[in-house]
Amino acid sequence: MIHSLFLINHSGDIFLEKHWKSVISRSVCDYFFETEVPPLFVIEFLHRVADTFQDYFGECSEVVIKDNVVTVYELLEEMLDNGFPLATESNVLKEMIKPPTILRSVVNTLTGGSNVGDMLPVGQLSTIPWRRAGVKYTNNEAYFDVIEEIDAILDKSGTTVFAEIQGVIEACVRLTGMPDLTLSFMNPRLLDDVSFHPCVRFKRWESERVLSFIPPDGNFTLMTYHVSSQNLVAIPVYVKQSISFFETGTCGRLDITIAPKQTMGKTVEGLVVTVHMPKTVLSVNLTATQGNCTYDLTTKVLVWDIGKLNPQKLPNLRGSLSMQAGAPKPEENPTLNIDLKIQQLAISGLKVSRLDMYGEKYKPFKGVKYVTKAGKFQVRT
Amino acid sequence: MSTSVLYNDQGGAEAAVEAGLESTPTSSSTGAAFRLVHADFKKNEDLKEMLESNKESLKLDAMKRIVELIAKGKNASELFPAVVKNVASKNIELKKLVYVYLVRYAEEQQDLALLSISTFQRALKDPNQLIRASALRVLSSIRVPIIVPIMMLAIKEASADLSPYVRKTAAHAIQKLYSLDQDQKEQLIEVIEKLLKDKSTLVAGSVVMAFEEVCPDRIDLIHKNYRKLCNLLVDVEEWGQVVIISMLTRYARTQFTSPWKEDAMFDETNEKAFYDSDSEEKKDQVKAGPYVMDPDHRLLLRNTKPLLQSRNTAVVMSVAQLYWHLAPKHEVNIVTKSLVRLLRSNREVQYIVLQNIATMSIQRKGMFEPFMKSFYVRSTDSTHIKTLKLEILTNLANEANISIILREFQTYVKSQDKAFAAATIQAIGRCATNISEVTDTCLNGLVLLLSNRDETVVAESVVVIKKLLQTQPSQRSEIIKHMAKLFDSITVPMARASILWLMGEYCERVPKIAPDVLRKMAKTFTAEEEIVKLQTVNLAAKLYLTNSKQTKLLTQYILNLGKYDQNYDIRDRTRFIRQLIVPSEQGGALSKYARRILLAPKPAPVLESAFKDRDHYQLGSLSHSLNIKAIGYQELSDWPAVAPDQSVRNVEVIEPVKEWVPLVGKVKKSKSDSKFYSDDEDDKEEEGSDSSGSEDSSSSSSSSGESGSESEEESSEESEKTSSDSGRSSSASEESTSESKSEQTTKKKTKKVPQEKKSKPPAADSSSDENGNAPVAQASSSSSESSSGSESDSEGDSDSDPPRVQKKVEVKSKKEVSLLDLCDFTPAPTNAPKPVVLSSSLLSDLQGLSLSNVSSAIQVTTSSFSPVKTHELLHHMTGKGLSAKYHFPRQPCLYQPSMVAVQIILTNSSDHSLEEIHVGGRSPASLNIHCFNTIERLEPEASVTVSMGIDFSDSTQAANFQLCTKEDQFNVSIQPAVGELVMPSTMTEQDFCKEQGKLLGMNETSATITMATANCSSQAISKQVLSVANVGVVSSTQNNLHRFAGRTVSSGALVLVSLQLKESSTALLTINTEKSVMGSMLLRDLKQALAQA
Repeated sequence: MIHSLFLINHSGDIFLEKHWKSVISRSVCDYFFETEVPPLFVIEFLHRVADTFQDYFGECSEVVIKDNVVTVYELLEEMLDNGFPLATESNVLKEMIKPPTILRSVVNTLTGGSNVGDMLPVGQLSTIPWRRAGVKYTNNEAYFDVIEEIDAILDKSGTTVFAEIQGVIEACVRLTGMPDLTLSFMNPRLLDDVSFHPCVRFKRWESERVLSFIPPDGNFTLMTYHVSSQNLVAIPVYVKQSISFFETGTCGRLDITIAPKQTMGKTVEGLVVTVHMPKTVLSVNLTATQGNCTYDLTTKVLVWDIGKLNPQKLPNLRGSLSMQAGAPKPEENPTLNIDLKIQQLAISGLKVSRLDMYGEKYKPFKGVKYVTKAGKFQVRT
Repeated sequence: MSTSVLYNDQGGAEAAVEAGLESTPTSSSTGAAFRLVHADFKKNEDLKEMLESNKESLKLDAMKRIVELIAKGKNASELFPAVVKNVASKNIELKKLVYVYLVRYAEEQQDLALLSISTFQRALKDPNQLIRASALRVLSSIRVPIIVPIMMLAIKEASADLSPYVRKTAAHAIQKLYSLDQDQKEQLIEVIEKLLKDKSTLVAGSVVMAFEEVCPDRIDLIHKNYRKLCNLLVDVEEWGQVVIISMLTRYARTQFTSPWKEDAMFDETNEKAFYDSDSEEKKDQVKAGPYVMDPDHRLLLRNTKPLLQSRNTAVVMSVAQLYWHLAPKHEVNIVTKSLVRLLRSNREVQYIVLQNIATMSIQRKGMFEPFMKSFYVRSTDSTHIKTLKLEILTNLANEANISIILREFQTYVKSQDKAFAAATIQAIGRCATNISEVTDTCLNGLVLLLSNRDETVVAESVVVIKKLLQTQPSQRSEIIKHMAKLFDSITVPMARASILWLMGEYCERVPKIAPDVLRKMAKTFTAEEEIVKLQTVNLAAKLYLTNSKQTKLLTQYILNLGKYDQNYDIRDRTRFIRQLIVPSEQGGALSKYARRILLAPKPAPVLESAFKDRDHYQLGSLSHSLNIKAIGYQELSDWPAVAPDQSVRNVEVIEPVKEWVPLVGKVKKSKSDSKFYSDDEDDKEEEGSDSSGSEDSSSSSSSSGESGSESEEESSEESEKTSSDSGRSSSASEESTSESKSEQTTKKKTKKVPQEKKSKPPAADSSSDENGNAPVAQASSSSSESSSGSESDSEGDSDSDPPRVQKKVEVKSKKEVSLLDLCDFTPAPTNAPKPVVLSSSLLSDLQGLSLSNVSSAIQVTTSSFSPVKTHELLHHMTGKGLSAKYHFPRQPCLYQPSMVAVQIILTNSSDHSLEEIHVGGRSPASLNIHCFNTIERLEPEASVTVSMGIDFSDSTQAANFQLCTKEDQFNVSIQPAVGELVMPSTMTEQDFCKEQGKLLGMNETSATITMATANCSSQAISKQVLSVANVGVVSSTQNNLHRFAGRTVSSGALVLVSLQLKESSTALLTINTEKSVMGSMLLRDLKQALAQA
């Protein structure tokens, strides 16, 4: 499966190498593909590696990996055996190799202790590899965030070309022992296509439409879902825009107004409009009635950070664009990418009805939060 | 001082640490002196010293730095001797880092590496499975040929290890050894064969990986394990799933016949109709056709389907390819949604998935058409993603959706990403050729694009128009004229060349314009690109042939220019053309054909997908992505015309071994029920059970032994048999152990075996009651009591899923629970065939058993039967820690005779004590309840049993009341089953008949029922009836007639139940009672109970 791993930085230099089978020369990086292996297998694994690094070091970058090269090496050693993934669950890994913290490194230098657990984890041996044994908390809590993203393409006139809702339930479960949770929805029929964390019992979902699972410890993605396409997608904002480049002369005009549309009575927050301007736009002279507007001259990206959307006083951005002299007028107007957030609302209407816990005796603190965000939300102009 | 200077070279934090340590007396004197001598020698010298010191922390620091060197790809091999000494270190981190080093450099330092081997050999024998596994991991990673025999031995031993984790490591080691020494292949295949039989989900993925790498062609090894792998698949870890699915895909293509043949009718056009049809309809079709799918083929499809919901994209893709390559065409659609879902993933995944969808969408438009909008391009997509989406949209285009797609394409054409815009134009061209309805629209659109500002767009348009015109040249002169007009403004060579070619090809349609274009070209000829020059020469030649009068001079001029061109291709072409159209004296042979050569009708180019030729690669493979055959790619074979023998996948049932027969022949107790349940349960049990299972089985067997003896004692008639009985029953339980083992091994792989078993138990039962020696009800109840102990055992053991176990316990009656324990036993993989022997022998002795036990009458005393069905009254989640369960003890109520006795078990599951638990308000208000006394205090984890009496007034209406604690009140309700509202009544057969005679007409309800085969014996009937209703057995003189009598608790009305057996397991069930509502409800309950096994 996976023979060797080379980490390469932006400038194309190899800064870390690890081999699981016989040692392969660095020159192999000149040509990538050698033997048959499902590409997604490797890609998925690499993403897990990156996620693990992220999890351990807070970020996954060249500097961080160089700083923690030994831990990285130890991790990689545990993650693959003979090129075949061995332990990819972060719970299992964390039991074997403790993530570095400032406190621990201080303690280690003083006591000569190490980051490597002296017990090998039992999780790897059980049928529940995602949860370690002997979890203990003084405050038992289980939080679920239902996050929905609207992917949409709106055309010039504001009509929806394409819109769909993708959702994800992120969980943060800190419960003592081996709790067995059951999460049920008021309206599970909304969910069209789902994918689960391995902990979810698929048979129960098939038969009862409830999520029954023994959760991993800590943060994890419980499920992702797609809301069936029959349901009309509510588009929370309406964009009135006109961008024009004049045939003659070296200027253009831009006028954007954003108004709330179907917000279900909630406030739209974190509204940001991003525009990738054509290369010929040299500079902008724009005034915003709300928020601030910046234009990056090198990347040609216009960012208008509006913040909260006030229905009484609609935010407007207008002004002129100055173009490179002599360049032809851009063929196409730039697309507006919109980012927004609505708290306490799942735009699809999905509702968690209850969470039950079995197998443990204490009473956990439970919470469900709903957020709607704009995913790939584009307005063509 | 000198030391610190030295350290500063190495710099950083380590220096400080080391300096600090330096002050300790042990290392300072010798170490410092040592360093002074060697200070300026090798750069790694200090590392060596650190390794040789006796400070663990120094060693660790040294190893960390060495690992950093390795990671950077620097050579640290010279430190090998110093490092290898630490291989047996106690410090785990140090040890692990040494392992890392060892694995990296052992190949280069073979002799020295051998020093470490003995350490691993010792560790291989360690009692800790994890240490054994890690030793094998490192040992097998040391690529030193000399130790091949040691590795082989270690692998063989590990493959028989009790720990599945060690066996998994062994499977990985197989591949490592194979890559080191291919001569070991045969021996390794033996190990693989053995490990393939392993039933642990942990091992399955790894061993299949080994199989794929060592002997992918030995498909015969899979046969016997095929069904097991299919069944285990869902529980295997995600990476293993990918490997197994891909192997099974290959396997299935060699073993099953094509499911596509009868799909000939499912072609693209009428395919749509089938999407709407539900699955049942599909099945019918499959059955109806001449093609019948092999059940094993179906098994694979069914068991892989849930994996489409995996979060792992590789798993989803592998299931998708499996369906694509194996499923009947109309079933492939189920993968669509999941594949589309993957498009939300990161772009690398998107790229691969889109590639696969592109290939799929060529053959099966219908699959992705409903999801067309998911392939709409966003301005933020990268170019290669955009082009793939475009490709798919083009593949999906048909008459119905083309207008939508074209509108979308219009947006894309204007894209700032010009490469993408150009690709869009090509896509429009493809749509135009594929869908004749829109050809005109597309052409007009493309012509409009000719006035586009961007030259790449224009160029691409010209090229596409050229291709389109070629396919439909009729009356295109307008477009050609338009292009001629644009000719001056177009600068892209390819576009200019294309226009010139078009002029030449259709010069007769534009007789006036073509010569003029040639005139212009003659002016600029020298400044043009090669490709334009070539086409100019072509145009000149064609015009000369068709319109020589006007163009003769121009042609000669151009040919002269071409003759002296710098490019030899053009000189060549010019010479050739000249000879062809204006032949000299000697070489005129070809010239008479000039017209036919130059103006021959040319076949139109076929505009097709770039993914057309990829479909011969297995989807999801690297070869498919690259469109090149990668090393190690395993072709999918074509379906065999005739399916190979299906029976090879049957797991053999080895013939009964003779010596077992006499032993088991004596077994008396019917373990019949066990079969049904163990059949269901073994699947689940298997995962959780570990070696501890053996303990269980012994404990439970002993307990059942006891139970046997107790029951015998109670029944006075056969007291002398007691001792022998207990012996037998323990042997019986031993049997069931072995049976459960065998269940695990055979485990539904052979459908035949369980069926056989099912047919046996009733025979055993019926004959044993003929013999009349076993009061079965008693035995079963007592054994259920005794088994409760072992039940808790099983809960403790099965680490897999405690609540699930709990549930089972609630649902099944307790007798089965003890059998569950017996199942809770994992046989070592090595002796896997053995249990099979046991099971089949068990079958034979059950037959023997049925002959030996003949009973004629039953002496069941109703009181002995106490149902253990416990119902939940209050869940501890809703009860804020207070949970309550209730059951009907079936005893006369102490408080009032008209009340039904109810026992309630109150448990405090909270972490604080509960006070003043009592019964509060009730509804209906008239409800007569005798409450329990207030419980002052219930400590955490404590539970208390209280009894209540409730007068239900002979109705099944629920009794609602409140359960109160000091702080809270909880509404609860008890709904009695109708059978609990009856008290048993004793009467003679004559009395029964007399009373029955009085309760006819309105008071009689009867029905003919079908009984489960297992329920045909007398005991089984009584057991089932008694489990439903609290009635008494009336002894009967007729074998085929069973009678039960009772009185309703509240009003004392008689309830008479009679059951007359008829042939083929049907029976007439009659109930006579004044309470006709109760009668019909009871009838329904009894009917249900008797119908189920």
